[in-house]
Formats: sequence, C-alpha cells, structure tokens
Amino acid sequence: MGVGDMTALKRERERPVFLDLAKIRLPVGALTSILHRVTGILLAAGVPFGIYLLDRSLRGPQGYAEVGALFENLAFRIVAVVFVWVLAHHLLAGTRHLLSDVDIGSQLPAARRSAWAVNLAGIAVALLAGAVLL
Amino acid sequence: MKIGFSGLNAWLLQRITALYMLVFVVVCLVHFTVDPPHSYQAWRGWMMDSTISITTSAFFAALLSHAWVGLRDVILDYIPSVALRVGLLVMLASALVAAAAVVVHIFWIQAA
Repeated sequence: MGVGDMTALKRERERPVFLDLAKIRLPVGALTSILHRVTGILLAAGVPFGIYLLDRSLRGPQGYAEVGALFENLAFRIVAVVFVWVLAHHLLAGTRHLLSDVDIGSQLPAARRSAWAVNLAGIAVALLAGAVLL
Repeated sequence: MKIGFSGLNAWLLQRITALYMLVFVVVCLVHFTVDPPHSYQAWRGWMMDSTISITTSAFFAALLSHAWVGLRDVILDYIPSVALRVGLLVMLASALVAAAAVVVHIFWIQAA
C-alpha cells in the first residue's frame, strides 16, 4: 500500500491505520496466539475427515485395512506429520491459556518464555513424528 | 449479537471441553503407544466397549461444542456483515449437528 493510499485512508477514517504486513513485527506471544487460532481452524476443518476414517475403520476388516494402508502413502504421512504439529501447537498453546487463566505465568516475562516454549515444543513434537513416520 | 453460547458461558464451555479433551487425548496416546490394536477385531472390540463408547462420544460432544465456540469467535471477529455472519453461523451449526449425528450413528445405532 502506497503512502498516498495511507493518507487517503487516514482522512477517510480519521484514525491511524497501519496494515503493512511486511513491517508489522509480532511479539512472540502474538505469534503463539494467532497460530492457536489458525491451528484451531485447521483442526475443525479436519474433523469430518477424522470421523470418516473412524467410521470406515469400524465398518469391517476391509475398511480397517484400507485406513491402515493410507499410511503407506508418503503424501498421507506428510499430512499426518503436519497434523501432529497442528494438534501439538493447539494443545500446548491451549494449556498455556488454561494456566494463564489461573494466574500461572500470566506476568509478561514468564508469558514470553512460555510462548517461546510452546512454539518450539510444537515444532519438536512434529520433528519427532517426522522421525517416526517419514 | 447473542447466538448460541456467549460471554462467560462460552468461555467456561471452551475451557471445560478443552480440559476433558486434553485428558482424553493424552490417555488415548499413552494407551495406543503401549498397546496398539493389531487386528480389526481388537480395534472394534476396544472402540465398542461401553466405557470407551461413552467416553469417546463425550469426547466428540466436547470437540464439536469447543469447535462451535472457537469458530463462532472467528466468524464474529472477521465477518462484519450481519447477513454473511448469520449465514456462516447457520452453516457451521448445521455441519456440527451433522457431524454429531454421524458419531451417534457410529457408536449407538450401527453398533447396536
């Protein structure tokens, strides 16, 4: 967005607007938080597929074997590793929220440390899953 | 706009369901790591055990209501148009109810 556009927006809304995504620097806690939201949306999107696999695996020996055979496909295993990261990040960030609700680690320095810990631990869990599955 | 759970109720529902799911996922993870099912019969026998059917159904109830609160928040945050908002919320609610119906079918109708 050019400078001209910015001033036009300012006149229009009479308040400062700064949405240059390339220049906005997210604090680590904000990154943890937006990823919690993004991973939540992804998990919700995966629910129908999860229920479908559960149903298929329980319908008969053939369906059970077919669901198991999905893991022979490399693309499916890669998706599974990404899913592990998505789930791990969401659970860890959610646990951080729950602890923060009861005032554990809600002060800024501790919150920054736990945000780093959540972001890195999510990646570590995914790497572990990658080592097992890939 | 008040749709479904809102305010403190939504906040509380989000957290109670989160706690239940957290415990459920960790228990399942440990169980299947220690004792993975090696055949269809073993898998079906485990899933259709009444304790597992009940706790798994409760897991899906928690999951779908947790998803309702979370996605409702996302829609309310990013969709300013009231018509589009209501449309998306109705679609979301329908999808979640449909998912719940499939889960009930798997554990309590098909299995019976």
